[in-house]
Amino acid sequence: MRGVTARRNGVTVLEEINLHLHCGELTAVIGENGAGKTTLVKCLLGEMPYAGEVHFLDAARRRKDSPVIGYVPQHNSFDKEAPVSVLDLFAASLSARPACLGVSASVRQAALDGLQRTGADLLVDRKVGTLSGGELQRVLLGLALTPVPNILVLDEPMSGVDHSGREQFYGLLSKLRREYDLAVLLVSHDLATLARFADRMVFLDRRIVCEGTPAEVLHDPQVREAFSLHSLS
Amino acid sequence: MIESLLAFWHRAVSSLPFEWAGYEFMRLALLAVLLISPLLGALGTVVVANRMAFFSEAVGHAAFTGIAIGVILGLADPMWSMIGFALVLTLAIAWVRRRGGLSSDTAIGLVMAFTVSLGIVILSRGGDFARYTNFLIGDMLAISPRDVVWLAALGAVSAGLFLVFFNRLLLATMSPSLARSRTKHAGVAELVFACLLAVVVTCALPWIGILVINALLILPAAAARNLARNTAGFFGWSIVVALVTGMVGLIASFYASTATGATIVLAAMAVYLLTLLRRVVP
Repeated sequence: MRGVTARRNGVTVLEEINLHLHCGELTAVIGENGAGKTTLVKCLLGEMPYAGEVHFLDAARRRKDSPVIGYVPQHNSFDKEAPVSVLDLFAASLSARPACLGVSASVRQAALDGLQRTGADLLVDRKVGTLSGGELQRVLLGLALTPVPNILVLDEPMSGVDHSGREQFYGLLSKLRREYDLAVLLVSHDLATLARFADRMVFLDRRIVCEGTPAEVLHDPQVREAFSLHSLS
Repeated sequence: MIESLLAFWHRAVSSLPFEWAGYEFMRLALLAVLLISPLLGALGTVVVANRMAFFSEAVGHAAFTGIAIGVILGLADPMWSMIGFALVLTLAIAWVRRRGGLSSDTAIGLVMAFTVSLGIVILSRGGDFARYTNFLIGDMLAISPRDVVWLAALGAVSAGLFLVFFNRLLLATMSPSLARSRTKHAGVAELVFACLLAVVVTCALPWIGILVINALLILPAAAARNLARNTAGFFGWSIVVALVTGMVGLIASFYASTATGATIVLAAMAVYLLTLLRRVVP
């Protein structure tokens, strides 16, 4: 991302963002509420207009016009009451055949393969609304990895999930990014866990205030003040 | 071809050992129910899942203004002006929602209040409103063979469009952001569906009635939601409930001499209440 600036209702919500995401690297974006974290994700996904440039380059630094982006949304944005199974989600994403007319054996297999990557294959026939927060995130991660994307983007994937669930999820994410050489962008508030799993950290407050390794960023006075980090020294 | 199909239908149904099957208007009405109800049942799944019930209600009520425009233009059949106005209304609601920062229900409420009032004011000029009250409760028994053919064509086109956009709509229902990341033109799918819904609701209005059409859209899907565990089940149950309650309501209305649309709604309501009792525990 080079010089990315975004405005909403006349207010600048992101300013001059210069950011490189590298393959095999987990970049965590942290910041207070309203700092522009979700806007950054929306710009990357092409959901929001912005000024500046977003380029996707392959290993030979050739520009790729339409990279595959795997996206894991916040699980609490999901409609829990809808009679939609995990398999339906995969079918609607992977197949042209309307999911209401049933799911073919090949799509079911593709769904099982995707879910296996995140250890969620047993959940394939479960109703989405009956999954716990951690289970749903593993399902959504499996979906985001089918097909294997060039970039994986996660927006607050673990909000409302307990500590052990978060540890498990980030451990899995860390393993997958090496396995598939993925560029991962993760938006989260979960500093303590991110400090152990992220390769790079970016502190955002409409613009990039500081970036570097988690240790560097978490010792930055502005970050410490924003997140009241008195115990980490 | 169409005449021979209709003739075959009349012969087949009139051979049934029921009093109602002996009347041509009932045989045509049954055919219309078999065409409209599964279509409404199918579209209803997305209406219920996407919380569009108020929108479809508003589109139905806006028919008043559509009729009024037809009257002003001197059209013999106001259907085209009704469809045209329903589409304008759909686009207006989409625009107000996007631009105005208003919540959906406020935006729809505003537009509905305006269109209903405008239609009633125009139609009631000179105390002539009573001529249009048949649109309020509809008259399924007045359907003509030509109308049935039109309904069949509408059903085929609508079902095709609906199925083409179904997966995009399903993802958008679950999570708009996920839909946009997985599919192209997720927003277009929602707008196409809203327009499709507006056209189908408007075309069905003269037979079912402004006051009850929305219930026919929502009740089968609401009942199906209580029974289904997945999308195919939701879709299938909604169509089955719509078909069965449509036929039961039509025949009951014949024997009870009641308005067909409202009788079908009561049948659908009864099924919905039953499904509440049998709601599948997750």
